[in-house]
Amino acid sequence: MAEVLVLVDHVDGLVRRTTAELLTIARRLGDPSAVFMGGGIEAARDSLKHHGAEKVYVVDAPELTQFLVAPKAEALAQLVEQVQPAAVLVVSGPEGKEIAGRLAVKTGSGIITDAVDVVAGDEGPVTTQSVFAGSFTVRARVTRGTPVIAVKPNAATPEQVDGAAVEESVPFTPSDAARAARIVDRQERSATGRPELAEASIVVSGGRGTGGNFEPVEALADALGAAVGASRAAVDSGWYPHAYQIGQTGKTVSPQLYVATGISGAIQHRAGMQTSKTIVAVNKDEEAPIFELVDFGVVGDLHTVLPAVTEKITARRG
Amino acid sequence: MKIVVCVKHVPDATADRSFRSDATVDREGVDGLLSELDEYAVEAALQIRDADEAEVIVLTVGPEPARAAVLKALQMGADAGIHVVDDAIHGSDAPATSLVLAKALQSSGFELVVCGMGSTDGSMGVVPAMLAERLGVPQLTFASEVTVEGTTIRVRRDGDAATETIEADLPLVLSVTDQANEPRYPSFKGIMAAKKKPLETLTLADLGLGADDVGPSAAWTSVEAITPRPPHTAGTVVTDDGTGADKLVEFLAAGKFI
Repeated sequence: MAEVLVLVDHVDGLVRRTTAELLTIARRLGDPSAVFMGGGIEAARDSLKHHGAEKVYVVDAPELTQFLVAPKAEALAQLVEQVQPAAVLVVSGPEGKEIAGRLAVKTGSGIITDAVDVVAGDEGPVTTQSVFAGSFTVRARVTRGTPVIAVKPNAATPEQVDGAAVEESVPFTPSDAARAARIVDRQERSATGRPELAEASIVVSGGRGTGGNFEPVEALADALGAAVGASRAAVDSGWYPHAYQIGQTGKTVSPQLYVATGISGAIQHRAGMQTSKTIVAVNKDEEAPIFELVDFGVVGDLHTVLPAVTEKITARRG
Repeated sequence: MKIVVCVKHVPDATADRSFRSDATVDREGVDGLLSELDEYAVEAALQIRDADEAEVIVLTVGPEPARAAVLKALQMGADAGIHVVDDAIHGSDAPATSLVLAKALQSSGFELVVCGMGSTDGSMGVVPAMLAERLGVPQLTFASEVTVEGTTIRVRRDGDAATETIEADLPLVLSVTDQANEPRYPSFKGIMAAKKKPLETLTLADLGLGADDVGPSAAWTSVEAITPRPPHTAGTVVTDDGTGADKLVEFLAAGKFI
């Protein structure tokens, strides 16, 4: 079977859950090969093996982390040339999509981003996308070159399958053109102790209705083991950092459970959460459009409902 | 400095957007407008011009009505417009769109290309990176803060895991997020002045491209099916009379979330 390249998403070798999801999807399409760029392979090895990587290509050149996107796209293009894979899978975030875009142009290949599912088809991988704020589902495939597919977090449940994980070091020297956008400083975002927003299985978010007080939102999130999100209105008001914004201009999430509190549900927000499996809302305004989307809704004040829910959840656990 | 801002005319995201029978976006049934996210790109270019000597040209690729997106940018204060319009472009994918833009940029000349972070319709967010690839210049993308120092541009990029400071030298492609600035509204004076600003129309032939370089036949992807989302089966909505929290906890427990 042909290899399917998976670009590993990691921080210093700490492999993110999305990579396990991509390896699981890759197994449906061929033999999963992980592509690990940068340092830290020692820490990543076990995770890649246990999620089914048959091969692990290690590309380690200092330029990969010194310059933005371009060297990674170049290294990946070199591997595509060498391996002739059945497809290339990357995580559908800003960086993954940009690497995919440049790779597609370099190799004359079709690109599909924001896939929420990928399955094998007679003529290559068939993707599913959710478009126009979730109002349509599109099935598509790549018709030229090597399918380059950016897959959203939570598109698959990671499976534990041991792969051979045969390691191969790939020599790589970036071109001058790829060494142009210099990364002169990098500050890791301080850990909140909560799950990563895009990957979380439960998300609790707050909007205008919080009035700027996110304490009840955070407390409920912690009781549920959830990530915290915010609407654009809350972010624009300076109540919560932009990194947590859910919606068209922020993150799109697709968790098992999405709890929207004090959020009216404007199209801008719905674009970021409409594909959540179960949707719950708490809002004072019974006319709020968010109630058209919910599986369960409470018309009420989040400042009384949320603390009561948090207390009851904690009591059940106690 | 010669700045070219790439903008897109998109169907209004607050309307009921749909598709045509050929699986392309319906751009007629819904009013179109300058993509909201491109307003930040126009504003970023205008701010650079306000601080320094620069010319701001607005470039779009799209059918006849797309002219309105250029006009809006001219009303905001851009100096001149370029509209690439050709029936053959209909149904182009991102690689083909970036090809037409790149050819137009090479023909106009540029020192700085500014884009929005993505369109509000296709929302792939890959065209700026593709442009950098095609033009062989650095990409400074998803910038939430932009600083110009001579011929060097420095940006803040808020990634998933980290905030990075990135810099590169002109010429380059810059894309900005909705955090980068607060786009200005066109003034009455700006609206009147826009009518007299040059707006050039170009065809594929003007750019040395043929009909087979673009459109559905040149697309590297194909759509197999488009399905409207099934109507949501109405959920349970209760009004909190003091028991709202209990009912919500019951719902969460039934779904095994707690």
